[in-house]
Amino acid sequence: MTVDRNLGDDTGRRLPESGGTDALAAVDPDAADASTDRLTAGEGDGDGLAAGDRSPVLRAAGVHKSFGALEVLKGVDLTMRPHDVVCLIGSSGSGKSTLLRCCNLLERIEGGTIELFGHDLADERVDEDLVRRHTGMVFQSFNLFPHLRVLDNVTLAPRRVLGLQRKDAEDRARGLLQRIGLGDKAQEYPDRLSRGQQQRVAIVRSLAMQPRLLLLDEVTSALDPELVAEVLDLVGELARQGMTMLIATHEMGFAREVADTVCFLEGGVIVESGPPERIFGDPTEPATRRFLQRIFDAGRL
Amino acid sequence: MAQPGVAQPGVAQPGVAQPGVTQPGASQPGPLAVAGADPGSPDGELPISLFSSHRPRLRGRAGTVASTLSTVAMIGLIVALVASNAAGPFRNGFLNLHQMWIAFVGDPSRGILSVGKGFVLNIWLSLVCEAIVLVLALGIASLRLTREPVLLPFRALAIAYTDFARGVPVILVMLWVGFGVPSLNLRGVSSQSPVVYAGFVLVFSYSAYVAEVYRAGLLSVPRAQIQAARSLGLSSRTTLYRVVLPQAVRNVLPALLNDFTSLQKDTAIVSTLGVAEAVHSAQIAGGVEFNYSGFTIASILFLLITIPLTRYTDRIMNRDRNRRLAGTTA
Ligand SMILES: Nc1ncnc2c1ncn2[C@@H]1O[C@H](COP(=O)(O)OP(=O)(O)OP(=O)(O)O)[C@@H](O)[C@H]1O
Ligand SMILES: [Mg+2]
Repeated sequence: MTVDRNLGDDTGRRLPESGGTDALAAVDPDAADASTDRLTAGEGDGDGLAAGDRSPVLRAAGVHKSFGALEVLKGVDLTMRPHDVVCLIGSSGSGKSTLLRCCNLLERIEGGTIELFGHDLADERVDEDLVRRHTGMVFQSFNLFPHLRVLDNVTLAPRRVLGLQRKDAEDRARGLLQRIGLGDKAQEYPDRLSRGQQQRVAIVRSLAMQPRLLLLDEVTSALDPELVAEVLDLVGELARQGMTMLIATHEMGFAREVADTVCFLEGGVIVESGPPERIFGDPTEPATRRFLQRIFDAGRL
Repeated sequence: MAQPGVAQPGVAQPGVAQPGVTQPGASQPGPLAVAGADPGSPDGELPISLFSSHRPRLRGRAGTVASTLSTVAMIGLIVALVASNAAGPFRNGFLNLHQMWIAFVGDPSRGILSVGKGFVLNIWLSLVCEAIVLVLALGIASLRLTREPVLLPFRALAIAYTDFARGVPVILVMLWVGFGVPSLNLRGVSSQSPVVYAGFVLVFSYSAYVAEVYRAGLLSVPRAQIQAARSLGLSSRTTLYRVVLPQAVRNVLPALLNDFTSLQKDTAIVSTLGVAEAVHSAQIAGGVEFNYSGFTIASILFLLITIPLTRYTDRIMNRDRNRRLAGTTA
């Protein structure tokens, strides 16, 4: 019995086996090390993944997605390697959120392919729960569980999905909460926290699953200006620690600072992509120039 | 806030013939500048009165005295009505303490069943039925919301059932099952005690209501909550039980309690099947004694349960409303 309204059927699907460094099999429950200074567990610069292993975490090719008659994505290509930080920019409605949601199977694509950790997501045997276990997603509106305390928000998935003992999960959660300065809020309910704090808890909730890829969908858009910095600081720290992240954002300054690659999305395709210095400093496409000019005129660059 | 040179309705303005006309060339400091100045300040500004011209509402001690007086007056009026000669038959027939006592404890020698004992059955029946209803209704609500192709015929069945069970009077179903089923002479089904039929009917009817309450609750949980849960890798089952259901139940707790209160009251309908619960016992007492104070005691027993329940429901409703008004939405 489910109230699953749009996630389709999830019976009997398993990610196909593959040899070598199979990222999907590499969950290490003992990596809950609260004593280190790191927010990301497992892989880091050099540890976990072999240093030379730059095989893509995410490879999207010719991705098409429509809602009814509205074709939102019309052939998107994107490749991300471990530790890449890619920022998606583009005007409202350009399909940034849709692209992110296709990457963790909240939406199904109609054309093209998306490969995650070397597995084609269209493969019948791919289990969407396994895809999501290894792919964190943080939403604009946080979506913390209001009926659970902060600590339980963070430990729910590690306990129910990874099968961690309550104590191990709580140790891991407390460690993460302390690292972001919210150790004393563990027993609070989410509505007692500021929105900036809620969003940081939402990020930590994703991190507790030790994802190999983090999808961030405009994580600061619902925040008052004075709260934006604390969340961006956290994301910036994750970037420095080598977390692989795909970030949809309207914060151009942040994108310039944190991204390895900036992709400008318009008309359902990635019109232009490249290092932030070039995209923001010397964009070649007229569409990119127009978009950045609009942002500039609005005083947001 | 008074502004310099702008006429204030109701406040005397020096040098202004007509109120509402802007004072030309506001040379002297306005009220803002003389805040806190003594009434006799040289510019002649009069103090602003904050006293209402209406009679103020009584507050504090005076308020307590007033409410006590009006309460005493009302109780006095009711007592006077009941104690008056005209109310004599009413007093004797409905409020006879001796008769209430006889009905409450029963008198086996004259075939009078105890209303008190009967009421214990009402309570048991409502508790057992409510427990079954809470589980069954959740299944029905889930069926109505499912998109699983395999379950689609069951979904149609669930819709037909809720429409039927909510559309037909409970007492009709009670008569139908209580008298109809035994007459069918079905082995194992037709020979049950009336209490079982009664319980079945209550469960049948109330499951439909409660299923709709659950359904509203499940739909009240934002889709974003489900997506957040699934994005963490939680299965649809875990998402239902750990994320959706707790929020759904919390959102409809007052409605669930309301339905439980109704169920508690509707156990009285069981009397139509001759089950010795409170109402049926009171009926017997009334028939033997030609006095209806037994109904009064039965009512009091029901009220002893339902009033605290409704108070509690109201409290939860207010708590939820305050939380929403405080702007702490999910
Ligand atoms: N579930 C849906 N059903 C129908 N249309 C949708 C759905 N989700 C998104 N769309 C439409 O797809 C288009 C792209 O939406 P999307 O949310 O991906 O844009 P976005 O780039 O994230 O915009 P924003 O910056 O405002 O978040 C929009 O026109 C939107 O209305
Ligand atoms: Mg969006």
